[in-house]
Amino acid sequence: MSGALAVSGSIRRRLIVQLLLGAAVLAAALVLLVTNLARTVAQETQDSILMASVTSILDTMTVRDGAVSVDLPYAALSMLGNVSEDRVFYRILADGAVLTGYGDLPPPGEGVGRDGGYQTTRYRDAEIRMASARRLLSVAGTPVRVTVSVAQTRDGQARRLAEIRRLGGAIGLGFFALAALLAVVTAQSGLRPLRNLAGAVSRRGPKDLRPVRGPVPQEMAPLVGSLNRFIERLTYSLSRSEDFIAEAAHRVRTPLSTVRTQAEIALRRVERPENRAALKEMIRAIDESSRAAGQLLDHAMVTFRTDHLEREAVDLCGLARDLADRLGPVAELRDIRIALSCDGQPVVQGDAVLIENALRNVLDNAIKYSPRDCAIDIEVGQGRDGAAIRVRDQAGGFPEDELDRMPMRFARGSNAAETVGSGLGLTIAREVLEAHGGRLELSNEGEGACVTLHFPPC
Amino acid sequence: MRFLLVEDSESLAAAVLDRLRLDGHVVDHAGDVEQARAFAETTDYDLILLDIMLPDGDGREFLRTHRRRADETPVIVLTARSAVSDRVGVLDLGADDYITKPFDFSELEARCRAVLRRRGGGASTERRFGDVVFDPLAGTLVVAGTRVDLRNRELRLLEIFLSAPERLFSKAKLVDRLFSYDEEVSDNAIEVYVGRLRKHLAGSSVQIVTVRGMGYRITAG
Repeated sequence: MSGALAVSGSIRRRLIVQLLLGAAVLAAALVLLVTNLARTVAQETQDSILMASVTSILDTMTVRDGAVSVDLPYAALSMLGNVSEDRVFYRILADGAVLTGYGDLPPPGEGVGRDGGYQTTRYRDAEIRMASARRLLSVAGTPVRVTVSVAQTRDGQARRLAEIRRLGGAIGLGFFALAALLAVVTAQSGLRPLRNLAGAVSRRGPKDLRPVRGPVPQEMAPLVGSLNRFIERLTYSLSRSEDFIAEAAHRVRTPLSTVRTQAEIALRRVERPENRAALKEMIRAIDESSRAAGQLLDHAMVTFRTDHLEREAVDLCGLARDLADRLGPVAELRDIRIALSCDGQPVVQGDAVLIENALRNVLDNAIKYSPRDCAIDIEVGQGRDGAAIRVRDQAGGFPEDELDRMPMRFARGSNAAETVGSGLGLTIAREVLEAHGGRLELSNEGEGACVTLHFPPC
Repeated sequence: MRFLLVEDSESLAAAVLDRLRLDGHVVDHAGDVEQARAFAETTDYDLILLDIMLPDGDGREFLRTHRRRADETPVIVLTARSAVSDRVGVLDLGADDYITKPFDFSELEARCRAVLRRRGGGASTERRFGDVVFDPLAGTLVVAGTRVDLRNRELRLLEIFLSAPERLFSKAKLVDRLFSYDEEVSDNAIEVYVGRLRKHLAGSSVQIVTVRGMGYRITAG
């Protein structure tokens, strides 16, 4: 019944992957933000100290003896040393001439005015940050442009930044791990109602067609609603088809019974041989059609029940005995004896109605094809490889070359042309046994056929 | 025997009544559960033939109340259903047997006989003819104090002869009643059974006489 279901992706996996991607992006953004902020803050700090140093140098500059004089305040450079171990360079220019300091420091950038300016450049194989400011001093009535530059290498800042980046990375990683954990938990708990529903439906017995009651989350309500409507339709159509089978059988068989009975009555009254032959032919045709209809309906019912196989303990001996009693009168009409022998008390797990139907079909066949005044033996026994019922008749056996073909639908032995039958009997028996995990074995033995119903070991 | 037939299809009921009366049975017909109850409560029947699908209710309902009233009359259910489980269901409800429509009357007779034999008791079905005693239910024949068990076809053949002693039965009619319609048999097949019956009846006053070219009749000399 259950065909291969195409499975594509998993909600849980998709949910987790999406949540993790989101968390990763957020963590990366966080790390970036923290390091950028740290860099900016460090930059601004360094800049303001450098500028403070520049300003304090500028403030000490005076004109003495007609020349620009500088009294480099210790504090101006030591405040830089306090910040880090970085090397500090300075240079004081007066109208472009180096007054003091490192003359080979890169020149201050364009547009450095009173308020000063900053630049990042390289000096002595190291990256430096340099702050510069200018001021005009009046030396003997002539304005002299004084430029003060203070620079510092950035190793310490880079180290601190790397530290902060590491810390930021650790925080980001922690954040990501926490988010991942939450994602898994969320996916699990979010899908729990779905799992519960699937479990509840798959735990149901084959005949349990009650609607699903819930409670289910709002999002699943449409799905469960559709499922319930589907179950309802299924229940309805199942009960309809069972009723239909019963009704169809009733409608077909009641008129057939009338015709058959009338034909039998007519046969008692009619004398002319050709009329009698015609009436007998009619009765045979009725028997054939009613038997065919019966077996088709039986087959439909058997197919239906094997699809929903219910298993209970079935006592094979009791079942065979009841059936032998039931079919006794029919067999007796032909002076056929049904002999039953039971070896032990074999019990199998299965559907008693189906097993009865299978055995009935096999026995019907045996009775139908047997010559008068003979016996049919039923042996019920428990073998090592499971219980078995053997039905042996003295009806001449199956045609050897057709043994495999016999239990196929509508197949009839080539020697059966004269007997009423539809060819479904052995098919029904085979299908019932296969549904129970057993098999139907046909063979010829002595002067008759032997049909064995093998059941699997319990 | 006295039958109650509970069957709602008028045409089928009429045919079955005709057929049973042809064999000399007394039959009442009820068309629904209500009538069936009325009949069953006022008359003693040997057997009730009960259809399952009735207009005013399920035949099974009748069966249930019938058994609740501790009525011992055996019931054979006539079922047109094929629902495999249905057959088992009616037996659980206390039916003695069931037969699927359309049915062969010889099968119905055989089932009636089997049910009555299983139930035992009841009125004796013994028949005396000449100096033999014949019990169709038990399938025995007592000839000169010796009891003989008859095979089914011998029994039915003797029953047919004894239903109308001295009457001539053609071989063809006897074959029809003794063999089912799906058996291919020649009219001469009947000779085997007449032969067997004659052997059983040897030493009694009862004789099966051959009327050359016509058939047989039974006489008590």
